[in-house]
Amino acid sequence: MSSAPSPPASAPRARDGATARLARTGRLFFRTQPLGAAGFVMIAIMLVASVFAEWVAPYDPVAIDFGAMLAAPSGTHWLGTDQFGRDILTRVIHGARTALSIGFFSSFIGCTAGAVIGIASAFFGGRIDLLIQRVIDVLLSFPIIVLAVVVVAVLGSRSVAGVDLNLVFAIALPILPKAARVIRSAALSVREMLYVDAARACGYSSTRIMFVHIAPNVIAPYLIILTAYIAQAILLEASLSFLGLGVTEPTPAWGLMLSGSSSDFYREAPWMIIFPGLAISLSVFAFNLFGDSLRDWLDPKFKT
Amino acid sequence: MGNYILKRVLLMVPTLLGVALLIFFMLRVVPGDIIELKLRGDGGTASAAIVEQERERLGLNKPLPVQFGLWIKGLATLDLGVSLWTNRPVVEEIGIRIGLTLQVAVMAAVIAAVIAIPLGTLSALYRDTWIDYLLRIFTIAGLAVPSFWLAMMIILLLLSMFAWAPPVTYTPFIQDPVANLSQLIWPALAVGYRYAAVVARLVRSSIIEVMREDYIRTARAKGLFEKTVVVRHAMGNALLPAITVFALEFAFLIGGLVVTEQVFNLNGIGRLFVDAVAHNDYTLIQAIVMLIAVMFIVVNLLVDVLYSVLDPRILYR
Repeated sequence: MSSAPSPPASAPRARDGATARLARTGRLFFRTQPLGAAGFVMIAIMLVASVFAEWVAPYDPVAIDFGAMLAAPSGTHWLGTDQFGRDILTRVIHGARTALSIGFFSSFIGCTAGAVIGIASAFFGGRIDLLIQRVIDVLLSFPIIVLAVVVVAVLGSRSVAGVDLNLVFAIALPILPKAARVIRSAALSVREMLYVDAARACGYSSTRIMFVHIAPNVIAPYLIILTAYIAQAILLEASLSFLGLGVTEPTPAWGLMLSGSSSDFYREAPWMIIFPGLAISLSVFAFNLFGDSLRDWLDPKFKT
Repeated sequence: MGNYILKRVLLMVPTLLGVALLIFFMLRVVPGDIIELKLRGDGGTASAAIVEQERERLGLNKPLPVQFGLWIKGLATLDLGVSLWTNRPVVEEIGIRIGLTLQVAVMAAVIAAVIAIPLGTLSALYRDTWIDYLLRIFTIAGLAVPSFWLAMMIILLLLSMFAWAPPVTYTPFIQDPVANLSQLIWPALAVGYRYAAVVARLVRSSIIEVMREDYIRTARAKGLFEKTVVVRHAMGNALLPAITVFALEFAFLIGGLVVTEQVFNLNGIGRLFVDAVAHNDYTLIQAIVMLIAVMFIVVNLLVDVLYSVLDPRILYR
């Protein structure tokens, strides 16, 4: 890699394919942001493990084996088993799938809806902005878990393709107003740009200006909050599942593995409590690490 | 200043009304009727007439806007109605539990302040050395570890080291301060860690920023000890933004306690909230949510006022 002659500043770069560009960007990120790279690697490992859970995990996540109840970590069950003899390692690996899918979709929906509202609020300004900001104020007066608990209680659960849509919505809703605030302030400065005036002078519609001219210029803060809120969403999903309001049995989910009867086994089977919590902590840690570095890299002035 | 506070207090009204509207109507689309659940759940066989009578008694047969109006009127006079589940006044249900929750919250805040300010400052002063890296790992971990799991790990540790389990009953502070504190220090630590981490990160970045200011150079140039420069000149100014985060996080602490109280068998507001949700107890849920929202909005206002007291450069009109 280092032996390749460094290309003159602009000409060959323009001809590069998208893949080559991406690879170069990736290399630069890994070199300048070692902590972020570490976070990225952890996320990648989780992603691979969750996509290929059936092949990676040694057992069936829901298979009950009364012969191996509450077995301590050993060669056959690396992280031990729970009170139904289910393999903890297997359930932690499958739990990654639940955490990542719910975490990503909630953060994506919350941040995207928040971004659209934030851009519209900044673009239209005046009364519309004022009205939207008051509604955002209302939503921000709830701690996120309180809002999520109420939404879950109201909507119940509705699964589509193994993902509880109402749970995703309940987690996305508290994220929305925070995302809207951040994107609005970014869009406010973009709105003052000359190219927006130019677009207006060309007679483009408001929708076109918002989505074609403003949106691409707030993509950096959008990506930053998207990553940051995946971490928040994973934590929130774990908390809700722990309270019995999120993912339901027998689906393997980290928060659920810690809830209910697992606390009856503090003494007999501490591994039931230690490993799922470690999984939550490590995944949130990875996303925070990656998100922090992404922020430094994309936008050093940006503050959350 | 007086005018400013008055204006802010008046601005609270529409926000609170919005919160009230949102929570009230959101709860009314809950599938599942509390009266049905109460009288017919677990195989109870109450006749339709009795169900109707109970609805009438609790005022649930009135049209929704009327119910909302009555509720707002009650809120204004601090009459929050009776719990639909236990039939006891909501004010009483909250009153007997709020002391416990507030005590844990205050203890967590003290722990957070005691940990966060020195750690954040050290991290900033030794920026990019191994001290900074260690402290940053400690704070990033604080953001990642769920407080309820930390609570479980604390119990696990206490259990294996001292054979201590969370007591089933709660000892009030007045009755036995030592027993009370030794019981509540653990939940306070569990939620305080995250709190400390959030504040410490802010203190760090804020100190780094302040250390670049001209007045720090002036203070050094006139020959002050570095300790005096940091403590008197840097920290005083750097802690101002930290106060905002500290206060806002405090308002959100109840959120963290919702889950942690379950782990420690603490019968506080968080526990009450989860139980109320499980029982579709609308009056109780909406009262607790309003309480939390009011706390949050009032804390916000107090922070702004405190700001102008601490920093004379900030003027409010």
